[in-house]
Amino acid sequence: MDVWGSLLDGFATAATPANLVYALVGVLLGTAVGVLPGLGPAMTVALLLPVTYALEPTSAFIMFAGIYYGGMYGGSTTSILLNTPGESSSVVTAIEGNKMAKAGRASQALATAAIGSFVAGTIGTALLVLFAPVVVGFAVSLGSPSYFAIMILALLAVTAVLGSSRVRGFSSLGLGLAIGLVGMDYTTGQPRLTFGVPLLADGLDVVVVAVAIFAVGEALWVAAHLRRTASQIIPVGKPWMGKDDWKRSWRPWLRGTAYGFPFGALPAGGAEIPTFLSYVTEKRLSRRPEEFGHGAIEGVAGPEAANNASAAGTLVPMLSLGLPTNATAAVMLAAFTGYGIQPGPLLFDREPELVWALIASLFIGNALLLLINLPLAPAWARLLQIPRPYLYAGILFFATLGAYSVNLQSFDLVILLTLGLLGFAMRRFGLPVLPLVIGLILGPRAEEQLRKSLQLSSGNISGLWSEPVAVVVYVVVALILAWPLVARVVRRRPATDASALAAIVHPTSDGRTDADPSTTPERSEARR
Amino acid sequence: MSAATPTVSRLQGRSELGMAALLGAAGALVLWDAVHLHAPYSESDPVGPRAVPYLVAALLIGCALWLGADVLRGGRGAAEGGEDVDLDHPTEWRTVIPLVAVFLANIVLIDRLGWVISGALFFWGSVWSLGSRHYVRDAVVSLLLSVTTFYGFYLGLGIYLPAGILEGVL
Repeated sequence: MDVWGSLLDGFATAATPANLVYALVGVLLGTAVGVLPGLGPAMTVALLLPVTYALEPTSAFIMFAGIYYGGMYGGSTTSILLNTPGESSSVVTAIEGNKMAKAGRASQALATAAIGSFVAGTIGTALLVLFAPVVVGFAVSLGSPSYFAIMILALLAVTAVLGSSRVRGFSSLGLGLAIGLVGMDYTTGQPRLTFGVPLLADGLDVVVVAVAIFAVGEALWVAAHLRRTASQIIPVGKPWMGKDDWKRSWRPWLRGTAYGFPFGALPAGGAEIPTFLSYVTEKRLSRRPEEFGHGAIEGVAGPEAANNASAAGTLVPMLSLGLPTNATAAVMLAAFTGYGIQPGPLLFDREPELVWALIASLFIGNALLLLINLPLAPAWARLLQIPRPYLYAGILFFATLGAYSVNLQSFDLVILLTLGLLGFAMRRFGLPVLPLVIGLILGPRAEEQLRKSLQLSSGNISGLWSEPVAVVVYVVVALILAWPLVARVVRRRPATDASALAAIVHPTSDGRTDADPSTTPERSEARR
Repeated sequence: MSAATPTVSRLQGRSELGMAALLGAAGALVLWDAVHLHAPYSESDPVGPRAVPYLVAALLIGCALWLGADVLRGGRGAAEGGEDVDLDHPTEWRTVIPLVAVFLANIVLIDRLGWVISGALFFWGSVWSLGSRHYVRDAVVSLLLSVTTFYGFYLGLGIYLPAGILEGVL
């Protein structure tokens, strides 16, 4: 397959005036919603999903590409100007970014974040173009046993590696798998967990579940703990950077990209670890390490690039294997299935036009983002002042509208509220949301592969490890499960940078820096 | 978390057992449902529809016990922070309960009164629950939002939200 030819075709599809408008609308909506406090990228995508439903798939995904990067960028603006990161991936950006903003350098912080995001997003998308076909080429040779093993790995990795408390991760996974069971069993036609309710026979709409857990759960949770004192918002002019800022930024951008992309592409990579690594690296390499903690531009440039590159990396397993590795990718996967499109190795063969148009729009969206965000930054910053009652009532309003408009039945709203309350309880008791969503999406597909595998081996359990790839993956799974023991040995050694960083990050992060359990021994111990 | 006094944390410890109970109940439900499935053995599907529910039930019940033990040994889930979240004061049920109530009202009313009226009431009620007391401004914003989304969905997306009692007017 000629990759570059396909990509050019993709650009031809994506660059029609109508599709450019969709990309622009996507970028604007994504940034606007992403800037709003309390709305992370996953929630942004979940809330805006219904808007794309009426469009034909190609246009919808072009808009989606814009929403994806727009939501990511919007989140970093919020964390720089408010110093209260909405999602764990912008925790690190907030450390130096907010210090810079307080020192009157908000414009430079926003500029290095925007340009760094652009650089990292462009390089990351180019790497996606290079790697996705390679992964696809490898993936088409895999059979059901290997797929089942890879899905088990993804489920376990998201559950056990991310997050600080394993039991809470597994609890969340169990709930997600149980929700995924609801509906007709596709092989035997048996209704499972439907309790005779015909509306449940088709299973729960993934979009409704995602909106419930992300948007309704979050809105109720914030409502219960709404900060009554207005937070300090730093006024901002048009972002710009001086010569010195450029000189200090470009290397961190590239290094951040190098960290972010591979981690994003791994089943449990996510953006937390690479942003931490980037921060530590920049601090060590900086000629002015004393500035760190007081607003060093390298500390914004590196992690922000890592964050965006990881977002691009996430798309490699998402598009080529159909494996979501973070919440945003999970919601996007739900959108794909909503169109009857099954991401995976066959996607590149069956829907080449759609995939390459999507990838081309990632490039276009990224460029639009830079063009729009630099001049519009002051306007975005004003969005931060929206009265909180309107903001959270608005989230509930649009969540309801979105969930209702999928099927136009009030029964979906009952589900929305029930699962929203579940999302509320999970936030209250520190159950991570991600394993639930990934379990809900991957659970049914893993079951399908399990049954296919054992069908091939006529019920012989050894059929599960009949392929070499499956064996390798199970070894990795075993290592992940054994990690706490390994970590205990590693911890004995004097911790250096990791614990130093944890010490910096802890006070600012509201206890959400659960990126790497091994860096926070006392906390993870306490919760286990 | 550092601000938690002993009384608060003991209360939290107890309520977190509720989460363990919920997991256990969910596990029992999945198990009960799986047992009652009609699943004759077939050559073409050796796994059958029961196996995975059994595994999920085992996972849920196992987690319930594990979490219960963890809580009793003093483990705590870290409540989630956020931009507008202030964890220093306890859960404000005075906000959450009215919110859930207007949500329920919306579920009941949406098919009867239609999206425009029901949605506007829902938004107004939510804003009120969240503490806004600008009654007139809130009402104007609510109506604007529900009318705009009604026409936006109809004209822009081709989705016809129920007009309810305003059928013919809109």
